[in-house]
Amino acid sequence: MPQILAGTPRWLATVRLALPALATVCNRCLESFSPMTDSTDQSARPTPGGTVTLAHGSGGKAMRNLIETVFVRNFENPLLAPLEDQARIPLEELRCLGDRLAFTTDSFVVDPLFFPGGDIGSLAVYGTVNDLAMSGARPLYLSCGFIIEEGLELEILHQVVHSMRKAAHRAGVAIVTGDTKVVNRGSADKLFVNTAGIGVIPPGAQVAARHTRPGDVILTNGSLGNHGAAILGARGDLGLEVNIKSDCAPLHDLVEVMIAACPDLHAMRDATRGGVAAVLNEFAEAASVGIRLDESMLPIDEEIRGVCELLGLDPLYLANEGKLVAAVPKPQGAAVLAAMRAHPAGRGAAIIGEVLEHPQGLVILKSAFGGERIIDRLVGEPLPRIC
Amino acid sequence: MRYVDEFREPKNVEQWLANIGRLAEQLPLARERPLQIMEVCGGHTHTIFRYGLAELLPEVVEFVHGPGCPVCVLPMGRVDDCVALAEHPRVTLTTFGDAMRVPGSRKSLLQAKADGADIRVVYSPMDALALARRHPDREVVFFALGFETTMPSTALTVLQADKEQVRNFSLFCNHITIAPTMKALLDDGALRLDGFVGPGHVSMVTGTRPYRFIAEQYRKPFVVTGFEPLDLLQALWMVLKQLADGRCTVENQYRRVVGEAGNKTALAAIERVFEVRAFFEWRGLGSIDYSGVQVRDAYARYDAERKFSLPSLEVADPQACQCGDVLRGSLKPWECRVFGTACRPETPLGALMVSSEGACAAYYQFRGIRCQPLVATDTQPEPVR
Repeated sequence: MPQILAGTPRWLATVRLALPALATVCNRCLESFSPMTDSTDQSARPTPGGTVTLAHGSGGKAMRNLIETVFVRNFENPLLAPLEDQARIPLEELRCLGDRLAFTTDSFVVDPLFFPGGDIGSLAVYGTVNDLAMSGARPLYLSCGFIIEEGLELEILHQVVHSMRKAAHRAGVAIVTGDTKVVNRGSADKLFVNTAGIGVIPPGAQVAARHTRPGDVILTNGSLGNHGAAILGARGDLGLEVNIKSDCAPLHDLVEVMIAACPDLHAMRDATRGGVAAVLNEFAEAASVGIRLDESMLPIDEEIRGVCELLGLDPLYLANEGKLVAAVPKPQGAAVLAAMRAHPAGRGAAIIGEVLEHPQGLVILKSAFGGERIIDRLVGEPLPRIC
Repeated sequence: MRYVDEFREPKNVEQWLANIGRLAEQLPLARERPLQIMEVCGGHTHTIFRYGLAELLPEVVEFVHGPGCPVCVLPMGRVDDCVALAEHPRVTLTTFGDAMRVPGSRKSLLQAKADGADIRVVYSPMDALALARRHPDREVVFFALGFETTMPSTALTVLQADKEQVRNFSLFCNHITIAPTMKALLDDGALRLDGFVGPGHVSMVTGTRPYRFIAEQYRKPFVVTGFEPLDLLQALWMVLKQLADGRCTVENQYRRVVGEAGNKTALAAIERVFEVRAFFEWRGLGSIDYSGVQVRDAYARYDAERKFSLPSLEVADPQACQCGDVLRGSLKPWECRVFGTACRPETPLGALMVSSEGACAAYYQFRGIRCQPLVATDTQPEPVR
């Protein structure tokens, strides 16, 4: 994002939150892995007053205090032990789950920090969890990096971290290492969060955009465009009063039932920036196939349609944070659809299109009365800082 | 969505397509060549491509995409002036988002912003005025663009600024008006249009009277219409019906929005603040008499052209572009020698590739010219990705 690339923020002292693994190797398989010690959510909310200052990044007492009251208290988990510079993860436990590691990273600069249906904290956890899940992997461990603008209210930081804790618990992952930087006022906008994550891919799963094949059907798990529309509404600069919530949610459980229904699932991605249009263009390009969507099959909430109509936006290009798009061999399409609909994250699932030999590398939308148009990639960025 | 879905009902669309087909078959003219009906407004162009209407029409009828995209027809010299304003150290330039990518001879506003100019995207000129109130130390300039659709809101903002005596607000006025440009198009000998589908939003402000000369002097049917697929198809049928009956009148398909006399309050605001310019430059079409407006002397202090010294250089359109021929309907977008090669939505050379309401951009985006072989060009076509 340009906000990060522009200029060189003055990095101040690093606060390390390394939360290393257990001192002894745990022999139990991670099938029963449960990273969070406490799911009751009670100890997690002392309310530190005041604001983040440069002192919080200086390595002194203020920093130590910040780590303990905000981060350690929230991210506490069985792997948490003395603060070392890195988390140490027993390989044996990983080996029980699969034959490959999935490893990913994502940075979050969403504006505003809090929006209906989520906030930068839950977004940062689910975003990385979902990126891991799209390979079929089971997400396990996350890191988090915070870049904080001097002057941010501690209460806001606390709310974000608390939200990350809840999100990690819901997704069944542990935040095992982290880092904090405080930069001068103006060198960042309030708070940026980076998360990286690792997961384990079960043997056999070969999900990749280039595996999309003519004859596949295209599925999605529910209403499109909610996150993008929610952010637009939350910014309030459109003068629109909307009641749209972000769809921000973890998808790995849904992916698990999909792969169970179709072990040969071809391709899958979460439809974040650029929406479904971007993902399908990636499929079409990577596999040199054509994709045809049927407009009448697209699941789009009435309110989203209304907002898009008013603002001249296309829901296919709006971001989602809890929606995936998958290419599945047609014979298994109905089974995958049924499995998705039986899962809470897939109740609104639908088959929205099909994969063809031609035109190679293009996505086409068939309108309700038979006209066709190309769904191209977006030029430029119409809605910056949505995630 | 109520009041929207009704205008997209597939059964009705099929019915109107069939009606159009039947009517077109009866027209002797249509046996010699396809009938060419110009949709003047960029919004209509967008609808035609978004719903794939052009390919659903019988072969004997085709849409010609008109000059009604105000962002597209902005000449380079005016963009250069706007960039110069934005680069002024005391100026905060405010603009509608779709003007950001319009290429100037040096750079676009998007590039100027990346180079450090203070440029903000607003959704209304009132937002620009609010910014001026909040930042009395800055000169807030609004990049005023558009036909009569956006003119009233700009005029009202100037009147409001005057009422509040906000001294650090001004506008760079590029408002244009469609009727003189249609006259210029009709006076062009090379043009062979059979009728017009007229703009809906502009007519909501102006009413239908300003188009009478098209029917009366130039003997072309003219039907004002809305922006839904059924609006356009019904309007097209109405144009063909006039041709079949040998009539030429201004008709109004968009009665649910447009009145004959327009919006009197809006027209009064325009009249108070703006006056007609002797001429205005259009990208692709050249200079057209009385086709733009400027701020009246009474509100000179809100006129950025008088408040700041601007280069105001005329810059010729890129030579390779054939926008004018496309606008006149004598060339299809994909027949232009730089279409899809040197001129693409990411790097627009010509007017019509700039905004999604421009015919070339709409064609590129929605019809995917990359599926079709390019006509012979003197530039290398882009390999199909």
